[in-house]
Amino acid sequence: MSTTATLDQGVAPPGGRVVSFRRRLRAGDEVAYLITLIAAGTIFLITALVFYEVFSQSALSRHKFGWSFLITSVWDPVAGTFGALPFIYGTVVTSILGLLVAVPEGIGSAIFLSEMAPPRLSNACTFLIELLAAVPSVIYGLLGIFILVPILERHVVPPLKSAFGWLPIFQGPFYGVSLFSAGIVLSIMIVPFIVSVSREVLLAVPRDQREASLALGASQWQTTWRVVVPNASSGIVGSIFLALARALGETMAVTMVIGNTPQIKASLLAPGDSIASVIANQFTEATGDLYLSALIELGLVLFGVTFVLNGLARILIIATSRKGAHS
Amino acid sequence: MTTSQYWESTTDSSRVVSQFGLHADSEMKRNKQMKMLACLKEPRGRIATAVAVAAMLAACPLHAQTSLTGAGATFPYPMYSKWFNQYHKAHPDVEINYQSIGSGGGIRQVTEGTVDFGASDGPMNDKQIAEFKQKRGCDILHFPTVLGADVPTYNVPGISADLNFTPEALAGIFLGRITKWNDPEIQKANPSVKLPNNDLIVVHRSEASGTTYVWVDYLSKVSPEWKQKVGVGTAVNWPVGLGGKGNEGVSGQIKQTPYSIGYVELVYAIQNHLQYGQVRNQSGSFVKAGLASVTAAAAGAAENMPDDFRVSITNAPGRAAYPIASFTWLLIPSKIQDATKRKALVDFLRWMLTSGQNDTAALSYAQLPKQVVAKEQKAILKIQ
Repeated sequence: MSTTATLDQGVAPPGGRVVSFRRRLRAGDEVAYLITLIAAGTIFLITALVFYEVFSQSALSRHKFGWSFLITSVWDPVAGTFGALPFIYGTVVTSILGLLVAVPEGIGSAIFLSEMAPPRLSNACTFLIELLAAVPSVIYGLLGIFILVPILERHVVPPLKSAFGWLPIFQGPFYGVSLFSAGIVLSIMIVPFIVSVSREVLLAVPRDQREASLALGASQWQTTWRVVVPNASSGIVGSIFLALARALGETMAVTMVIGNTPQIKASLLAPGDSIASVIANQFTEATGDLYLSALIELGLVLFGVTFVLNGLARILIIATSRKGAHS
Repeated sequence: MTTSQYWESTTDSSRVVSQFGLHADSEMKRNKQMKMLACLKEPRGRIATAVAVAAMLAACPLHAQTSLTGAGATFPYPMYSKWFNQYHKAHPDVEINYQSIGSGGGIRQVTEGTVDFGASDGPMNDKQIAEFKQKRGCDILHFPTVLGADVPTYNVPGISADLNFTPEALAGIFLGRITKWNDPEIQKANPSVKLPNNDLIVVHRSEASGTTYVWVDYLSKVSPEWKQKVGVGTAVNWPVGLGGKGNEGVSGQIKQTPYSIGYVELVYAIQNHLQYGQVRNQSGSFVKAGLASVTAAAAGAAENMPDDFRVSITNAPGRAAYPIASFTWLLIPSKIQDATKRKALVDFLRWMLTSGQNDTAALSYAQLPKQVVAKEQKAILKIQ
């Protein structure tokens, strides 16, 4: 308090050292403004450049196939026929499946860690979660194919099939590698992002809010669910977007468990393929301009898919949060 | 600081450095270190130190280093990296860097001129050669280095014997026409084995690869239906099957999936002790892939070897020849401007064809037959 007072006093009289200090401060503002502007501008520039490169280098394939690239299913490098639909389907399905599993799991554990767990346990768990986020994706892929897939094959899929076998999404033979396995591996990979970011924003909700709610007679859970979580909702949504982006672009882990079969089957137990994985699989050995161009166009499509899914998720969240506000 | 002072200190330090460079004397080293430390204390000295360090770096290599870069195929990478390493040990003045970025990348980079040589598991096609000529203004030469082969590997519970496969059976399986293990086409080649009535699960490579190229090149030679429906390439539109990433992905998938079948590189199968089958060759005998039978395939093809070495040796004639084999090539421009680089590359090729060939077996690569080596020795003269 005393320092603020002296500072205020120091600023008041014009001229002398105080003015030059203010000038420098002002100059500092300018400098900070410029530096942060450059930083933000760089991100915009990189995105624009990536988009431009992908767009211009895919010209050959765009002109040859037009919009049919998006709706045809044959990917034949020998004949030079390329259609992206099975890859789009695989990317969207695995990412959504990953989110469906990871969002409740991630937000649940974030709420527990920030609101209910003793601080010591919370800190220890957070450390572990951040460690999980740093595991390279190829490790997740290997764990997926050698450990997760056999577990799914023995203990998860048979009961799923006997309980929900009447649903088309759980029909057909299960070879281990499948859209389902890829979705589960993705969910494990993206949970740390959701937990770690959500926990931080939950912890940042002011203490007064909780105390006010508790003082009004709300229970601990009512306080958490009706006050703390809505307060942190924009941060939680941010964490989900981050997770979605990671899921859409994941390459290595997905390609190891998805089966790499470009087909569209209603069943989640069937093998599929994803955009990122086919690019990684075929880019190095791609010979011929059209083939390369088609692979680059897949990158453009991934841009579009990310854009659309992000938009849809945003609309969904706005819609649900409005409903919440009315009730 | 005056200009004269600056020059004085600079020349002084560089003299010390050059002396140091000539006689590596520990006494002198200590003196110099102390002097450098002293230099750091004042700004004038810092510049001098920087100059001294630069002079030291320049003085360091006593003989000129020739550095060659290459890029391409991943399949022969273990062999190449051993060769380049050994060659560097024997000839310290030549250093060869190789990046295994894939055959397609190797062809692209050598065409763009960003590397001194390329490497590929499949020969360049006529269109690629025309593009190379147009961009680089000279020919591209293919030099076979070692041989590779693909083997059918499978997981049939209860069967430990090596299974026999006819070309028709392999084509049928990969076309999706043969769907059961006890299909007559498989059963008749294995009269002593009772094959189960289970569905076949086909596993192929998910990524574009030279291994796939050899496999489908063979299938299209033995099956007109394959040639017409699927064709040949490093990646194809597979009629059936699951894709595994890399040899390890395919073999991992097969280990975990009962009644599955796929193909892997012979080197990989040998080193990982995988069970693999025998394939019937052109002369009707079932041959198990091995270093000798693969070299025999190359020898069988050597008679009709074209001068540019661009030849597929799948389905090669000869009783002992294993039919699903292939060369892997180094791609070298016929004109190399830099004389030292040219000499280094030519010397390396000569070494690779003679003493280098003796190292192949240790890494489970099949060595080139004598006829091919002799022919390559002549082709080296084309490099100018």
